[in-house]
Amino acid sequence: MKETSDMATPPATATTGATPVTNAHLGSLADVSSGAERHLPVVPESPVMEARDLNVFYGGFHAVHDVNLPYGRNEITAMIGPSGCGKSTVLRCLNRMNDLVTSARVEGQVLYHDQDIYAKGVDPIAVRTHIGMVFQKPNPFPKSIYDNIAYGPRVTGMKVDTMDDLVEEALRGAALWDEVKDKLKQSAYGLSGGQQQRLCIARTIATKPDVILMDEPCSALDPIATARVEDLMMTLRDDYTIIVVTHNMQQAARVSDRTAFFTARPDETTGNRTGLLVEFDLTTKIFSNPSDKRTEDYISGRFG
Amino acid sequence: MSIAATTAREVTERLATGRSKDRGVGSMVFLGLLWFSLFFGVVVLLALIVSTVIKGAPRFDGELLTNYTSVVRPETAGFRAGILGSLWLMLFTALLAVPLGIAAALYLQEFADSDRPWNRFVEVNLQNLAAVPSIVYGLLAVAVMALLGFDRTGIVLGGALALALLILPVIIITTREAVRAVPREMRDGSLALGATVWQTTWKQTLPSAIPGIATGTILGLSRAIGEAAPLVVVGLASSVTFDPAGMLSQITALPMQIYSLTSQSREELRQAASAAIIVLLVMVLGLNALAIFIRNKFQRSW
Ligand SMILES: Nc1ncnc2c1ncn2[C@@H]1O[C@H](COP(=O)(O)OP(=O)(O)OP(=O)(O)O)[C@@H](O)[C@H]1O
Ligand SMILES: [Mg+2]
Repeated sequence: MKETSDMATPPATATTGATPVTNAHLGSLADVSSGAERHLPVVPESPVMEARDLNVFYGGFHAVHDVNLPYGRNEITAMIGPSGCGKSTVLRCLNRMNDLVTSARVEGQVLYHDQDIYAKGVDPIAVRTHIGMVFQKPNPFPKSIYDNIAYGPRVTGMKVDTMDDLVEEALRGAALWDEVKDKLKQSAYGLSGGQQQRLCIARTIATKPDVILMDEPCSALDPIATARVEDLMMTLRDDYTIIVVTHNMQQAARVSDRTAFFTARPDETTGNRTGLLVEFDLTTKIFSNPSDKRTEDYISGRFG
Repeated sequence: MSIAATTAREVTERLATGRSKDRGVGSMVFLGLLWFSLFFGVVVLLALIVSTVIKGAPRFDGELLTNYTSVVRPETAGFRAGILGSLWLMLFTALLAVPLGIAAALYLQEFADSDRPWNRFVEVNLQNLAAVPSIVYGLLAVAVMALLGFDRTGIVLGGALALALLILPVIIITTREAVRAVPREMRDGSLALGATVWQTTWKQTLPSAIPGIATGTILGLSRAIGEAAPLVVVGLASSVTFDPAGMLSQITALPMQIYSLTSQSREELRQAASAAIIVLLVMVLGLNALAIFIRNKFQRSW
């Protein structure tokens, strides 16, 4: 991770705006991509999750239009795109967090192991125990570090041999154990922002999910903390499927295997900006040779 | 000289005129008036307290707290029955109002769909209920007690019911504020781990809101402890010579005793009443201090 120091600074092209795409620049982004070293099929085989004709409405507002997107097993899928294009909305549909927004309505299917999680009779609570979520702002509970981790297993009535072991395992899994092992009974609020975010990741993996959703998990962190979370994501990929929303294109390029680019298009009649999926491909492909002009413009900083 | 430097100097000059619109004659007069009002209020309050303290001073003794009120020996009259009665009332008022108030607030804030006309109606009227004169709650309590078939008046339960109804809107409103202040992210964090809405409310939202709820409850109780009007309506005696022994026991309360003694002609009894006022004030201030303590001690920044 020698790139950490300039992580917070956007690519030079993003600040100057009108600079044309240089292949050297795109090449440098692609070079650091971890996807480059992995040999992945062009389309995910037997995806863990898949959005099919997903449409989301907030009241009468059509927020997301016809998204079809598979998420490969043990892969990191990044969702990028300009603000308001519906990335968070799509992400929140994947574990039915949008159920909590009374005005939200979802059409289409979200398959999880071939089961539509929006089908009748599916319990959203059960869905969320399989598909965990990490939020933009670290949100530990005002409890001890230990209780933060134990909370999920306790409320879901998970069978655990010893909670102590589970807590240790989760904290080790989130690369936080060595930093907190002597203060498990202290408040989680005493941790730094980056540690808090890793605690939130530990808290999520304690419930042994299959998929971890992350909505801009590093946007409240400094570059060093970001680097640690990114390292962690790449380690977690071996055991989990990760879907991450990010505004940091270098981050997407660095950690993700596949990238989905969204944008928002104004409706002809109402003028509302409806989000749609533009392009989905291997991250190396998206950042070196995107097939859509809009993707190219966005990643080179000419748009959004 | 560059353009930037010129503008900077102009701005500095404009800022440094030494004249401030806050110091105009109108503002000064207004400020003076504000100060005077504040001064006036504080002075009147202080004068009242000081004169009450002076009047009651000869009676600041142990007997004031341990004796019952007696017309036969007014010089050693005490407020044991009133103090105990008020404490019992507070206890049962809290027992009735707090669970009900918290439940109502949680329902309205966490579960009710605020777009439904019925829920909006309830919300609007909560504010109105908080402004209803206390005597009306006394009448309501009398009616409820009669409906429930209690034929004895002036008992702990009746008084507590009146006071509980009186502070219920306050508790609901402050609890809602406290619950609303718990950040959305905390609930999301819990729900995303597979907790139900109920578990989230019970294990995250409510515990985080407890300092706020406690503060609101105590401030409500400190209002209730000074009330006499609803207790008069419920039929509390102004003097009893035994300790409260249960929910159905007849009692008196400190404000009731003060009210009845201040109108007595005997100087000793009026003296005792002044001393009792100070006792009541100390109780109210104690409750408020407790509320402030809780608020500061458990104040959280998210
Ligand atoms: N709870 C909601 N109620 C109504 N509209 C909403 C709600 N949440 C999001 N929206 C709207 O849906 C659209 C997509 O929002 P979303 O949060 O998914 O965008 P995003 O791509 O995550 O943006 P950002 O990058 O800024 O986080 C926006 O126009 C937003 O205003
Ligand atoms: Mg978002």
